[in-house]
Amino acid sequence: MTGIARLVLQRLGLGLVTLLIVSVLIFWSVELLPGDAAQEILGQSATPETVAALRHQLNLDQPPMTRYTHWLQAMAHGDFGTSIANGLPVSKLISERLGNTLFLAAFAGIIAVPLALMLGILAALLRNSLFDRAASIFTLTAISFPEFFVAYILILFLSVKLGLFPSISNITPSTDFAERIYRSFLPALALTLAITAHIMRMTRAALINLFSLPYIEMARLKGASQGRVVMVHALRNALAPIVNVVVLNLAYLVTGVVIVEVVFVYPGFGRLLVDSVSKRDVPVVQAICLIISMTYILLNLFADIVSIVSNPRLMHAK
Amino acid sequence: MPRQDPPDAPLLSIRDLRIEGKAQDAWLPIVKGVDLTVKRGEVFGLIGESGAGKSTIGLAAMGFVRDGCRFAGGSVKFDGIELIGAPRKLRRGLRSSRIAYVAQSAAASFNPAFRLIDQHVEFPVLRRLMTRTEAEADAVELYRKLQLPNPDEIGFRYPHQVSGGQLQRAMTAMAMACRPDLIIFDEPTTALDVTTQIEVLSAIRDAVQSLGTAAIYVSHDLAVVAQMADRVMVLRNGETIEEAPTRTMLSSPRQDYTKSLWAVRSFKAPPRQDAAPASTLMKIEKVDAAYGEHKVLSGISFDLPKGRTVAVVGESGSGKSTLARVIMGLLPARGGRVELAGKTLPPGYRERSKAELRQVQMVYQMADTALNPRQRVREIVGRPIRFYLGLTGKALEARTRQLLNDIELDPAVYLDRLPSELSGGQKQRVGIARALAADPQLVICDEVTSSLDQLVAESMLKLLVRLQRERDLTYMFITHDIATVRAIADEVVVMKEGVVVESGPKDEIFRPPHHPYTELLLSSVPEMDPDWLSRLTARNENTTV
Amino acid sequence: MASLIRTVKGMPPTALFGAAVIAIYVLVAVFAPLLAPYSEREVVGDQYLQWSAQHWLGTDNLGRDMLTRLIFGARNTLAIAFFATALAFVIGTVTGLLAATLGGVVDQVLSRVVDIIMAVPGLIFILLLLTIFGTGIVTLIAVIAVLDSTRVFRLARAVAFGIVAMDYVEAARVRGEGLLWIMRREILPNAAAPLVAEFGMRFCFVFLTIAALSFLGLGIQPPLADWGSMVRENATLITFGDITPLLPAAAIALLTVAVNFVVDWILHKVSGMKD
Repeated sequence: MTGIARLVLQRLGLGLVTLLIVSVLIFWSVELLPGDAAQEILGQSATPETVAALRHQLNLDQPPMTRYTHWLQAMAHGDFGTSIANGLPVSKLISERLGNTLFLAAFAGIIAVPLALMLGILAALLRNSLFDRAASIFTLTAISFPEFFVAYILILFLSVKLGLFPSISNITPSTDFAERIYRSFLPALALTLAITAHIMRMTRAALINLFSLPYIEMARLKGASQGRVVMVHALRNALAPIVNVVVLNLAYLVTGVVIVEVVFVYPGFGRLLVDSVSKRDVPVVQAICLIISMTYILLNLFADIVSIVSNPRLMHAK
Repeated sequence: MPRQDPPDAPLLSIRDLRIEGKAQDAWLPIVKGVDLTVKRGEVFGLIGESGAGKSTIGLAAMGFVRDGCRFAGGSVKFDGIELIGAPRKLRRGLRSSRIAYVAQSAAASFNPAFRLIDQHVEFPVLRRLMTRTEAEADAVELYRKLQLPNPDEIGFRYPHQVSGGQLQRAMTAMAMACRPDLIIFDEPTTALDVTTQIEVLSAIRDAVQSLGTAAIYVSHDLAVVAQMADRVMVLRNGETIEEAPTRTMLSSPRQDYTKSLWAVRSFKAPPRQDAAPASTLMKIEKVDAAYGEHKVLSGISFDLPKGRTVAVVGESGSGKSTLARVIMGLLPARGGRVELAGKTLPPGYRERSKAELRQVQMVYQMADTALNPRQRVREIVGRPIRFYLGLTGKALEARTRQLLNDIELDPAVYLDRLPSELSGGQKQRVGIARALAADPQLVICDEVTSSLDQLVAESMLKLLVRLQRERDLTYMFITHDIATVRAIADEVVVMKEGVVVESGPKDEIFRPPHHPYTELLLSSVPEMDPDWLSRLTARNENTTV
Repeated sequence: MASLIRTVKGMPPTALFGAAVIAIYVLVAVFAPLLAPYSEREVVGDQYLQWSAQHWLGTDNLGRDMLTRLIFGARNTLAIAFFATALAFVIGTVTGLLAATLGGVVDQVLSRVVDIIMAVPGLIFILLLLTIFGTGIVTLIAVIAVLDSTRVFRLARAVAFGIVAMDYVEAARVRGEGLLWIMRREILPNAAAPLVAEFGMRFCFVFLTIAALSFLGLGIQPPLADWGSMVRENATLITFGDITPLLPAAAIALLTVAVNFVVDWILHKVSGMKD
């Protein structure tokens, strides 16, 4: 057991180090600009005063190391600096939108994950059946579609033609829960379609990968039914790859949400990110990148730990 | 399940069995009309070389074909029940309960995620033959019967925590869990070392006898089958060659093919003309080697006389292949030195000169991974010639052709083939040609015959001996197979757990008194005598008591 | 030629369809100026004209011919995605093979760098770099190529590792062959098939990423015609039930489906799997 504990701690440490390095990357990316970063960002037409103001805002007048430690300390305390574009504190800009985005991602994830796992297992069970082939073509098509294409198709049919759902997800802090669900239904559906296809395909592949292994043939030769072979003998060993797939797709939700939010004018931080990128609002972009990266790293860490814990070779050492 | 048997009706009766396998969109026959009958309580041996269809028939006895294969005709009747074309549910219901299977690699055939006992009790409990508690108690009983160490406790381990030989016995125990009428043993000891094989064989035999279970024992090793089976059938290319009671088959085989299977074991390199003591080509002195922290070789010393064959013998984990890597410079030695023709070789191959590299060449065990699948024979054999000897154009072509002739492959046919267009034996020959292309002094042969069928292996040994005599080559022959050592070695080095146990001229090593380990190794080699195993176990019991 | 015909005959219908679609796209991209009825940036009439004989697909938000933009879009979108993928491939394959063949410190350093880059979602990195460098085609190609090369690196390294472990590579090493020879003659030919399949998949991924960025207004910039931007610029039409803005999106989807079909077929051929 101590071996496992050490492995898990190692992973945690590694995750922390990764996070630190990523924060350095995000912070230092500004340094990649040749010449004066403030001038570069504002363009040649900017007045010297505004350039100086930006330089001060980005603390460019201090040595990089001091700036980084200050920045990191401030971040840790929830102070993400102020936006260049409108001078508001970044934390204020982000906080309410972050909630909206998490709501949307959770909405999609709660539907997509169980659905996709069920369909993926079913496809593996009924390998080469009509259902499996149809599912394969459907999922391949779904993952080939750009998210905005799916989103607009949903708008065209469910909103414009049938008038079932609003095409614009107008959500304010005062919107009640049922209304929120209703208004964010279309964006959630668009996200669901995208990740369901991915998870389903990869779940099926993870299971089918095992089918050629001798112990699966042994299970058959012991007289296990196809259902028992998949649910008992294969699934237990496919757990780690499947968890990995799910986590990968949950992490994808965080980025896929950007496009869907733009299409549906959903007030999440994906849209804030896009706006800030086009305005080259560095502090906002840095803050959002850091938050998303942190989520992503944590999710992957979780998948890593699950695969350690579910591996009998590691759990029960010789 | 209704039993519809007159008392002496056969348990299993296979008639005109035909099975086809898919190869590039065409169905090719694998089993071509085989008849077979197994009586209750009888152990039936199926023997043959690779591609004989013996495993396929073994599985067919359970009404099972692998993916990519299909039943093309005939009948498989188990206790009066026709299995071919029977509903899947019926065939599944017979498995475990009445027919069980023991696979070649228990390590791969146990599910890594569950403890042995969980897998053992799965079907007795599922079929409601026993409660979980009863089934566990019975499992322990069977583990004891199969002479597993710590039978009360071993079932509660995961497969990776148990050794290969023990897993094989645990799998036999699992096959017996529902007390089936018939067990199919599919090469259950092939992957094991000889000393482990003995323990497993006698455990299986005693258990099968005491339960009175009928069995089909599939193997490529006649001597092993002879210990286990009452009757034997010899198969070749999916057809029956002959069938007889084991003793009859051994004493008077009727068919030439069967006789040729015996003949292999009698191959001996012809005696040398010059009995003069050879000069030393390579000196290995106090070599130590390790993979990281894990020490694998310590204090290895012996000489390789020029023009002679030194066989390095040992079981898996003895370090014999590591020694080859050290000599090649792939794993630089931690201590000691390797001397070639009076000069010390640098430990790593990167520091060795082209001339030094050329002197030592290697022939690999697995012909499949030894040849680049994307290169033609011409390039595989031609490259060392060009690289070391600088030949190009016509001279290169002529030399390449000459080499192919030397290894008895017609250049007109084989020069432009890809490895995938060659048989296993032909690939191995090309591997030899590649080694010879460098015009070396020493050739290291790492288990070169172990993945080949016996007849092919024999022709390979003949070829190697001929080439040695023609070119005054020195061989270091790494093998686990005592028969091969007897056939071609001049000197023998016995290794165990990274040290040399005993070394010397072959006649001395094979003449008693032996070192205890050499004794164990020699006595563990199955002999072509149905009483060998009984004799051996009786003797071991006497010595231990 | 005969072998080409044999290959085509052996293709399943999905792969055949995919190959045909890819061929048509390439032709359209190459001969865009000949095929398009108007020029790329020409304003030919009012905004948002309906489909008509002069303007088969109507006009866009600035009064440019939609069909013309669609045809030129093939050229711009495909070319940029192709260059980015190719660049990613060169970087990824070379570093991946090096890591696998040399092993040791080189492999450790390269792998850790890739681990770090891949610890952050790709799109996030791209957005961050675009914020700093500003948008532009060269930046776009460079940023995407570098980030995407990490995935190629992982695959090339894994495949090459499998090959490096083979005895024939060992044989070449102890023969004294140089690094380049081993990479070129022993490893690359055996790694080619999975890498080709990966090229298809990476292309799809890059293509979709660029389309997404352009859709967000951060990718290919006006006045260049490009499918992602065309959707964004004309999206309002959809709320009136007009499907014209969806055509460029459909064009993207069709190509990705086509490439995926072909990739699937290659992968099955490579692995020899039957399902």
